[in-house]
Amino acid sequence: MVFDWSAIPGSLPILWQGMIVTLQITLVGVLVGLLLGTLLALFRLSPNRLLSWLSAAYVTVFRSIPLVMVLFWFHLVLVPLVVGLLFPGKRLELRFIAALTAFSLFEASYYAEIIRAGILSVTKGQFNAGLALGMNRREVMRLVVLPQALRRMVPLLLTQAIILFQDSTLVYVINLDDFFRKAYNIGNTVGTLNEMILFAGAVYLVICTLASGCVRQLHRKFTVLPVK
Amino acid sequence: MYPSLLIPLVAVSASAAHGFYLSPFTFHLSPLTTLAAFDFSVFLRPSPESALNNLSYLLVGLGWSLLLALASWVVAFVVGSVVGVMRTLPGRILPFIGACYVELFRNVPLLVQLFIWFFVIPDMTPILGDWFKQQVPPIWQEFIAGTACLGLFTAARIAEQVRAGIGSLGPGQLGAGLALGLKGRQVYLLVLLPVAYRILIPTLTSEFLNLIKNTAVASTIGYVELAQRSASMAETTSRVYEAFAAGTLLYAVLNLLVMFFARALERFTALPGFLGGRK
Amino acid sequence: MISIRNVSKWYGEFQALKKCSTEVDKGEVVVICGPSGSGKSTLIKCVNGLESFQEGEIWVDGISVADRKTDLPKLRSRVGMVFQHFELFPHLSILDNITLAQCRVLGRSKKQAVEKAVLLLEMVGLAEQQPKFPAQLSGGQQQRVAIARALAMDPIAMLFDEPTSALDPEMINEVLDVMVKLAQFGMTMLVVTHEMGFAKRVANRVIFMDRGEVVEDQPKQTFFENPATDRARQFLSKILTH
Repeated sequence: MVFDWSAIPGSLPILWQGMIVTLQITLVGVLVGLLLGTLLALFRLSPNRLLSWLSAAYVTVFRSIPLVMVLFWFHLVLVPLVVGLLFPGKRLELRFIAALTAFSLFEASYYAEIIRAGILSVTKGQFNAGLALGMNRREVMRLVVLPQALRRMVPLLLTQAIILFQDSTLVYVINLDDFFRKAYNIGNTVGTLNEMILFAGAVYLVICTLASGCVRQLHRKFTVLPVK
Repeated sequence: MYPSLLIPLVAVSASAAHGFYLSPFTFHLSPLTTLAAFDFSVFLRPSPESALNNLSYLLVGLGWSLLLALASWVVAFVVGSVVGVMRTLPGRILPFIGACYVELFRNVPLLVQLFIWFFVIPDMTPILGDWFKQQVPPIWQEFIAGTACLGLFTAARIAEQVRAGIGSLGPGQLGAGLALGLKGRQVYLLVLLPVAYRILIPTLTSEFLNLIKNTAVASTIGYVELAQRSASMAETTSRVYEAFAAGTLLYAVLNLLVMFFARALERFTALPGFLGGRK
Repeated sequence: MISIRNVSKWYGEFQALKKCSTEVDKGEVVVICGPSGSGKSTLIKCVNGLESFQEGEIWVDGISVADRKTDLPKLRSRVGMVFQHFELFPHLSILDNITLAQCRVLGRSKKQAVEKAVLLLEMVGLAEQQPKFPAQLSGGQQQRVAIARALAMDPIAMLFDEPTSALDPEMINEVLDVMVKLAQFGMTMLVVTHEMGFAKRVANRVIFMDRGEVVEDQPKQTFFENPATDRARQFLSKILTH
């Protein structure tokens, strides 16, 4: 069982390109997902029944199908459709856009749930206390509820981001070259597939372990211990 | 806000209008042309991939997905329970091993783990590995690798839930069991786990649903499950919408079925007066 | 029967028990009282090994609790314990709660165990509640079942850790009545409680603990009429005026 790691040093530039793609997908997915997710959460909590229902439908749809299916949908159906409408007749490099869109919309549904749970976890008593002091609904949300909700949400939101970082490897199914795909391709070409797969795994392991360790520390700082 | 809702509406109506101008006999793989004329008879036409018609082709794919999910669930539940219990035990070694397991399997992407199980491990294992690569038919190679990967991956998540479930019972139950003279193992099996599992039914259900979704990842090593079959049907029949709509619908139906069974299980195991059971 | 000698326990830097000593003879009823945080619950949990201690010795019927060779489960099956929060097993019926340990630990047949359980349920006044589940009973009823569950093991002594502290006022008496009956039967009892009425009625001795130490250890009469220390005096004056 002899390992040949010699392919790694030379291929670092290519791997780094792949990592950039991975990071771009993760970043866009998190940012757009957060924005859209917040909207969805607020819709769900709003007294307007249509908005509430639409938001619930969105979340249900995206949470009941595999991410692989979502990627297929966007890559083979929806993105070509929209692009075909906006730029008829052009052939564009669609995979990256499809991936960004798919991940953003997919993550939004998960973020929506986290945010909604976070807001709901701040009790009605807190809300009423704010109102009793003379603040209006919006002020209470902004000054009392959201700050508390955010403290509870942030660790979960960050954890979800780490999950997204790992899920980005699924762009394999639409033949997009992210970090893992590059590692796999190099391994296939040079003939050291096992070593490249293990190397990629180790890189993810290190990054994610460090990241989740940081999230845990953050969680500890944010959690206010009960007064004895 | 509202523009994001308008986009799909505009897309659908524009392409519908566009489609009416085109001949329904266009074979171009363009969503624009196929949207206007949904052709559901495509499901009854024979699939080039197998001896069945397209709909059955998809249904068989669903069956394979479910098979992988069930096999993985057995592995995940057993290993996850063991690791979860390990993390609640006193002492330092066992909880630490449990923690290491969870960290390892949660911080490597699922796809990478799958590739390790399918490519690396058979290569590295001396005798069994060679037998695996040469004697076992490909579909079962993929199945075994998929089960091992998904099973151990999901086990890490179940371990955390079991740990939380037992923790939520409080130290009093453990103390009460021990005070009666029961040994530690008996307290876990007879007192803690029966109640913890009941509390965990909703969480475990959602974990099983996740597992079903994760079976789609097995398509990357060639396992012919539902997501892959939807894509391949879309390619062979040029009917992208119908193919993916069917695939999506099948996943949604499976989802509903699982939730239905989970609710029935919850009612069946409910304790009178407790956790919403009969009074 | 129970012998506690110079027991000290630390949680890290914090010392929860400071050289506690006392003896409980066969048939004696000893009440432990004191402010919260005084270590009373910790001490009683040390007697059946649910809590460990770093210094001192505890002997139960001639067996050393801290000795590594001691078969703790066996010892625990001979000493009954009743908890503040009842701790009935929610997934088992009342009857099964009482028969579980009888069968699994003492090896009794199901028939024997059920007979014993029914007898004890009659004694505590809950015979009709047999098929019910803990969540369907009131707190007072649950605690009485907990007492029956401990008695089913035919213990040589019973430990009570604040048995009525979690009960609504109107249910305290039904539990205390059972405990009084038990004392009158001659059971050796070590009871951590705030219920001074119970102590006055059936206790032989009263122990007062404060900040991890045994401050007073007197016969009942002496404790109530003429406590030796100021701390005990203060404590009594505060709780007896209610």
